[in-house]
Amino acid sequence: MTAEATPSALDTAVAGPGGSGPAAAGRARSGRPGAGYARYVAGKLGGAAVSLLAVLVTSFFLFRLIPGDPVKFMTGGRPVSAEQIAAYRREFGLDLPMWRQFTQYCGKALTGDLGTSYQFHVPVTDKITEALPNTLLLTGTAFVLYTALGVFLGTRSAWRHGRLGDRFHTGLALTLYSIPSFWLGLLLIIVLSVGAGPVPGLFPTGGMESGGKEGFAYVVDVVHHLVLPVVTLVAVEYGQTLLVTRSALLDEMGGDYLTTARAKGLRDDLVRRRHAVPNAMLPTVTLIFVNLGRTVAGVILVETVFSWPGLGGLFYQALSVPDLPLVQGLFFVFAAAVIIMNTLADLLYPLLDPRVGR
Amino acid sequence: MTSAETTEAAEPTGAAGADGADGAAPGPGPRALSWQRRRASAARFWRAFRTHRAGVVGLAALVLFALVALTAPLTVGSDVASVTAAPGQPLQSPSGHFPLGTDQFGRDLLGLVIWGSRVSLLVGLLAAVLSVAIGAVIGITAGHFRGWYATVLMRVTDWFLVMPTLVLAIALATVLSRSLGTVVLAIGVTTWPTTARLVRAQTLAVESRPYIERAKALGGGHWHIMSRHVLPNVMPLVLAQTTLIISSAILAEATLAFLGLGDPTVVSWGGLLQDAREAGAVSSGDWWYLVPPGIAIAVVALAFTLCGRAVESVLNPRLGVSR
Repeated sequence: MTAEATPSALDTAVAGPGGSGPAAAGRARSGRPGAGYARYVAGKLGGAAVSLLAVLVTSFFLFRLIPGDPVKFMTGGRPVSAEQIAAYRREFGLDLPMWRQFTQYCGKALTGDLGTSYQFHVPVTDKITEALPNTLLLTGTAFVLYTALGVFLGTRSAWRHGRLGDRFHTGLALTLYSIPSFWLGLLLIIVLSVGAGPVPGLFPTGGMESGGKEGFAYVVDVVHHLVLPVVTLVAVEYGQTLLVTRSALLDEMGGDYLTTARAKGLRDDLVRRRHAVPNAMLPTVTLIFVNLGRTVAGVILVETVFSWPGLGGLFYQALSVPDLPLVQGLFFVFAAAVIIMNTLADLLYPLLDPRVGR
Repeated sequence: MTSAETTEAAEPTGAAGADGADGAAPGPGPRALSWQRRRASAARFWRAFRTHRAGVVGLAALVLFALVALTAPLTVGSDVASVTAAPGQPLQSPSGHFPLGTDQFGRDLLGLVIWGSRVSLLVGLLAAVLSVAIGAVIGITAGHFRGWYATVLMRVTDWFLVMPTLVLAIALATVLSRSLGTVVLAIGVTTWPTTARLVRAQTLAVESRPYIERAKALGGGHWHIMSRHVLPNVMPLVLAQTTLIISSAILAEATLAFLGLGDPTVVSWGGLLQDAREAGAVSSGDWWYLVPPGIAIAVVALAFTLCGRAVESVLNPRLGVSR
């Protein structure tokens, strides 16, 4: 979620794998080298599997609480006969008792079947696989850009901390971090798409393509549509990466090994690139993974504002119906994205930092 | 990150030297002495806080917004939100009479933004207090009682931590009825795990100290230890955390209101943005309708963040330079 206090979120991101470190290291000492890591991996994967199951259960029960009869939404208020309602109920399994619905839902979910959408009358997995590439294109592009920007500016800020550039970038990052992403998106649409005053409309107001284009022209068209949503996402997200990189590097800067490196006569630039930054990147890597998971889930607003045909926009559409199977499926996908990324970060961390988990 | 340094400010050790001189004179009883120490500690905190310029600027902005919100009934009055008694024409651009223009019902936007500050600040504060209260209770008890109780609590915390916060908040707000209480609940219930983690780590650090053992040896029960020894030591952390969470709670409130999940009967900044979007302010290029509520959200969120960071670095000097 974009609304997450900067430093506190980072604390968790950083403390997560670090916290599990000492215990894992203690266990590892007893076995062969490598066996400790295997056990660590098994533990993390097991934990992730349990989390995924918990999410599955939550997604089922949470949305059952929505008041109203789903059949009414399906028929859209049209007068329908009792037989038709009964047919709908049978088709979507709503005539079964709750526990039967639940076991059926879990059983199907384990085979990759998330049910049939009420409003589109197609399998939920089809809708999700249809929208997933669009979301991945948007979040992937934004993710690469804001991570690169955040790490680059964070490194520079820390290396020259206290100077004007540092204060400017830290201040700007904090300010952009406090801006609601949907508001920034709307403003960008007004200024750059609709056109305000002397500025002509440069970019499309929403969607992913204008249609009727093929080959290279299609790619250019999609990129053209991609610019504003990506700019919005990068602007609200890069600040966190910047601040973590900066504080991680500042922690390293007092290190004796940097003094040694300088004493060897290394250029300042090399000391930074070869010695300080790799060490400072350790906590940042965790954050980067956590962010990737969060961005997929947090893209709801930007996709809604820019009518981007992705998972977030679909979630918003499904909620307003409410299209239970689709909402459940998307909720599961969003949570799974975060869980998988967190697990990857946990697995990668001991490989990057030998002090942890081996 | 949550090292033992945080406790420094809560302990009266630093003030003891100054108080020692006064204490030598006969008079102040234990109660007066403890108040004296608390005053000294507050004064020390303020002196340190004052050196963080960004924090002071943030605090000033907050005081200003708080005054505006508290005096809103006198300056604009609740009539400003009335659709029937709207003073102007729909969607007028800013003019001398309506400094920020009017909305689609002809209501004065300046008045609405001022009136909306009440709901946005209130929901932000309440949600943050709820979130931090849950986090503190779970963190302290999980740190104090070991064994299966703590294991279960921390598993629940971890589970909430991996849930995509916004998605969960949206889901909760959809499931429950549309009201301010729902919004507070949805934000509070989804944002507490970070606080619980931090508070638990701090509790573990505090409880490993000898004076806790002494308290136990003198017969102090669980409640006594948690409320009289652990709580005062985690309070600074909780305070800093609250300030930071308020800023995200205000953003979350705006987000939920913008998605149409807030209370439709009250005026809030996020709700104004939703109104603007529904009135077609985006496609007609009426930027003046969208800009003021957004700036208000951003300024308040930034002010709380700046304050929170200053408080954090005062209480935790190790982070002072780096953050």
